[in-house]
Amino acid sequence: MNESNNNNTQSGQRPAPTREEITRRRFLARLSLAAGGIGALILAVPMAGFILAPFFARTKEVWRSVGKVESFKIGETTAVKYEDASPLPWAGVTARSAAWLRRVDADTFIAFSINCTHLGCPVRWLAEANLFMCPCHGGVYYQDGTVAAGPPPSPLPRYPVRVKDGDVQIQTAPIPISKK
Amino acid sequence: MINRVRDWVDDRTGLPDAVGRMARHLVPPDAKWWYVFGSATLCAFMIQVISGVALAFSYIPSPSAAYSTLQFISDQAPFGHFLRGLHYYGASAMVLMVGLHMTQVFLFGSYKFPRELNWATGVLLLGFTLVMGFTGQLLRWDQNAVWSVVVGAEQAGRVPIIGTWLAHFTLGGDTVGGATLTRFFVVHVFIMPALIFAFVGLHLWLVLRHGISEPPKPGKPVDPKTYRREYKELIEKTGRPFWPDAAWRDAIFCVGMIIGIAALALIFGAPQLGKPPDPSIIAASPRPDWYLLWYFGVLALLPHGSEKYFMVFGPLLAGILLIALPFISNRGERSPSRRPWAIAAVLMIVLMIVTLWVAGANSPWSPNFNAQPLALSVVGATNGPVFIGAQLFHSKGCLNCHLIGDDGGRRGPDLTDVANRLPRSQMVLRISNGGVNMPAYAANLTPADMDALVAFLQTRKIQRR
Repeated sequence: MNESNNNNTQSGQRPAPTREEITRRRFLARLSLAAGGIGALILAVPMAGFILAPFFARTKEVWRSVGKVESFKIGETTAVKYEDASPLPWAGVTARSAAWLRRVDADTFIAFSINCTHLGCPVRWLAEANLFMCPCHGGVYYQDGTVAAGPPPSPLPRYPVRVKDGDVQIQTAPIPISKK
Repeated sequence: MINRVRDWVDDRTGLPDAVGRMARHLVPPDAKWWYVFGSATLCAFMIQVISGVALAFSYIPSPSAAYSTLQFISDQAPFGHFLRGLHYYGASAMVLMVGLHMTQVFLFGSYKFPRELNWATGVLLLGFTLVMGFTGQLLRWDQNAVWSVVVGAEQAGRVPIIGTWLAHFTLGGDTVGGATLTRFFVVHVFIMPALIFAFVGLHLWLVLRHGISEPPKPGKPVDPKTYRREYKELIEKTGRPFWPDAAWRDAIFCVGMIIGIAALALIFGAPQLGKPPDPSIIAASPRPDWYLLWYFGVLALLPHGSEKYFMVFGPLLAGILLIALPFISNRGERSPSRRPWAIAAVLMIVLMIVTLWVAGANSPWSPNFNAQPLALSVVGATNGPVFIGAQLFHSKGCLNCHLIGDDGGRRGPDLTDVANRLPRSQMVLRISNGGVNMPAYAANLTPADMDALVAFLQTRKIQRR
């Protein structure tokens, strides 16, 4: 067999592959592919983990003071600003959030999300009209957050709010993502 | 000397020879000005790469610094304003050219056998271009960009099962914040350009493999059994080398396009930056850049309740239909004169996009928050119920959505001559009960307010002969 191969090589012709060589080549091909796969996996797992893992993590919500109780008049709705639950050091002004805070009576506050439930645009409060209006597609809400007109599929979400040590506090929350 | 260097490089790399053979591949002799849009798209992409790399020298993709670096680029850096304009109008040109290229390919039936994958890769490149446009708008990182991210996340949230996760992924967390901008930067600067380079390579390889399609002739349908042989015969008989017989038109058109883009950048400059990217500034009216304004219009004009299905399945269905086109119909007539439905489809799509674009640009569904109280000359009274009614018409938000003459919004019906159309009882009924797009004011107006408001509206008449 070897003799025959040598003869073929000397005469300039490629030797015919034997069954053993085919098996060996297959093995080497599979070995190379497996080695490549293992290498890719070693790189892919930490990279995918680095990129994707933070998005499965849930931020622990915190209470943020938005002002003294007496600074809010009964029956009025005002915009309040506060910082996100866990702002990254380089977030700058993007770490800020806002909510619409309505003082219903002496002890009761309601905090509404500023995000329209249609597509998330920031709704504005028209004090004299007692309405929230969305600048994007014209969604309108009544003062209690229920839908008054337009495309919003559901009322304005509410955030937990409490009074502590004379401060009105709002619990931070994710941007409400409508499923409707 | 130059020849010796060229020969040496050719010998050692083989590239000049390989590139030369590619450049001189034979093309049909009558492939003329209709065929320049593909290379123009590539040319626009190269403008984007070059201007983008230049901008990246000063742009810092940090949520706290991006806005100020853009201010620096726009207001202080030499040629910065021009470069931003170049990047903006280059993006616009790329979207326009990819649209024209696809339209030409569709009308000429060039997507048919054996060029099905040329079309499919082109559709993917269209998708990548739009993603580049959207992410590029977000890198402007002003107030409009921040709210556009939120709108994008809301749309991603409508996807069944994985919607919340997708929205979370889009925002880079629970809210817009420190992780939001960088992900769009990575997509815009690394991932999408890499995909575009790869797919442009594949697209060009397929163009070389199957040849540039010959202009269609009526009565000469594509038959997969004979097409390749016929095309080979045509090319061998009448083909001209792409370089320079056909390439000169591409070069002239690209230079013209570059001059046009540069002129626009010089005359109009870059789009103005909005307010800072502070999500707590509530007075915002987010709008997409012009090439997605039609989609903004779609979302506003869809019947209430159907948005969820459209946002999820609309783009998906459009993408699937576009990619599937050559696999559904890859043979038969190519000439547009024998394919009237192809012309009708293009006209319908163009008409639809233009109509929606105009609607999106005017956005009559958006309340007018800048509406000022009506002038006394318009009100026609300085005291009494009509005057009070006009004040209420402004303060209660009616003017935000209704026109009186040239003042107000266009969300609701024009009330300039409402008294010609509605009696008092109907006015009271409609104001009290509201409607699909109008809030009910019954609990929001005292009887005296209602009387004054209606008294004002009853004066809104146009004398007709």
